[in-house]
Amino acid sequence: MKESNHIITTENVNFYYGDFKALQDITMGFEKNRVTALIGPSGCGKSTLLRLLNRMNDLIDGTRVEGKVLFEGADIYDPRVDPVDIRRRIGMVFQKPNPFPKSIFKNVAYGPRVNGVCRKRDLDALVEKSLLQASLWNEVKDILDRSAMTLSGGQQQRLCIARALAMKPDVLLMDEPTSALDPVSTAKIEELIEELKKDYTIIIVTHNMQQAARVSDCTGFFYLGRVIEYNRTDLLFTTPEKKQTEDYITGRFG
Amino acid sequence: MEQKLHTSRQYENELREIKENLMYLGVLVEKAIGESVRSLLERDTEAARSVVDGDEAVDRLDEEIEEKCIRLLAIRQPAARDLRFITAAIKINAHLERIGDMAVTIARKAAALNEEPQLKPYIDLPRMAETARGMIRKSLDALIREDIDAAREVRREDEVVDSLNEQIFRELLTFIIEDPRTTHRALLIIQISKSLERISDHATSIAKAVIYMITGENVRHTKTDETVTGATPEDNR
Repeated sequence: MKESNHIITTENVNFYYGDFKALQDITMGFEKNRVTALIGPSGCGKSTLLRLLNRMNDLIDGTRVEGKVLFEGADIYDPRVDPVDIRRRIGMVFQKPNPFPKSIFKNVAYGPRVNGVCRKRDLDALVEKSLLQASLWNEVKDILDRSAMTLSGGQQQRLCIARALAMKPDVLLMDEPTSALDPVSTAKIEELIEELKKDYTIIIVTHNMQQAARVSDCTGFFYLGRVIEYNRTDLLFTTPEKKQTEDYITGRFG
Repeated sequence: MEQKLHTSRQYENELREIKENLMYLGVLVEKAIGESVRSLLERDTEAARSVVDGDEAVDRLDEEIEEKCIRLLAIRQPAARDLRFITAAIKINAHLERIGDMAVTIARKAAALNEEPQLKPYIDLPRMAETARGMIRKSLDALIREDIDAAREVRREDEVVDSLNEQIFRELLTFIIEDPRTTHRALLIIQISKSLERISDHATSIAKAVIYMITGENVRHTKTDETVTGATPEDNR
């Protein structure tokens, strides 16, 4: 993995929830326009790392970060940096679809509006483009005024992706984006991830190892707050270097 | 390296069953080779016939193993070592089945030879057969013990069998030239020798599949020497 292509890098990152050290000495680079999967058992720190990459953990009391998280070379934990600005450029999609109880249109237009896009023509174009990118446009173009809550779970999740895309981020963080979805919706999201990586860098946390193997270019295996192995996905799933990785991906747990 | 067991005991058992079935198939075909060659050496046509009849059991086991492997691929989505084991098992299974067919060929030629007076004393053929059988045993041992050195040895022994086959061919050619009435018998013996040579090729392929299973390194189209020096997968990264 060439360093020059890394859009985000972490350097010796430690992370604490109070006294509990949830991440230990994480040094990784995330390649631009690639999909990186983070896998590992519950409590291994993969979601913590994901949330750390756009300062989402700031919202939790008693947390502390040590080390550096560089986004395009600049430390996002620098006191002069506005976390809201970081989250605008590094978007996030959560495990459960969480649309606002508003219309489909307003869900997607919300972020841009708050950020000063107010001309109807601009908003219309942005909403259409975002929904197209999220592969949802054809299903909702005639019902944009309907409540987002009337959509199916899979559609809601794609709406959340469209909402994130409307902010024109560089990076999209996905925290188990399909764990609440049926196989058809899951396949659509996976297909979408493949499409999106042309324009975005994607980092995805997943408990589904086959999903990691299918959608990602690189995979990091986490255990007890450490990166055990970080490699090209095809190598990690066929010939892992570490026995711990092998035990996990072949189903030898505990 | 001590392997941890799968959390799913069912899965663990299914993998072990495939391994055991492969071992059993190996025993069957190795015995078939022994019997087919014995039927030639001892002019025992009855033994040849039982080798031909025994091939049905080999075919049935071959089908069973393949089905089990495909089923595991479908329901377990194996990864890493397990994935390499199952893909290797599918190949090894096919090679063992072909070896069984070779034993049948040998048995048929032996039965035909038994109808005529013996052309010459057999010295190299039993040596070839012993080496080939040893190669099958060793390659399957390598599979069970995950012993890469044993697998590499099998590849070297293939050369011994190849040169014995050539030697037999040249010798029988002189028989034919000196007395064309020996042609039929000489050709039958050449075919037996050729079958043994192909058995050792299959055993070599099994050994290569074992090397792949252990290291993830594909050595199917490399010469023996390259593998003996042993590029580890890390070198390729």
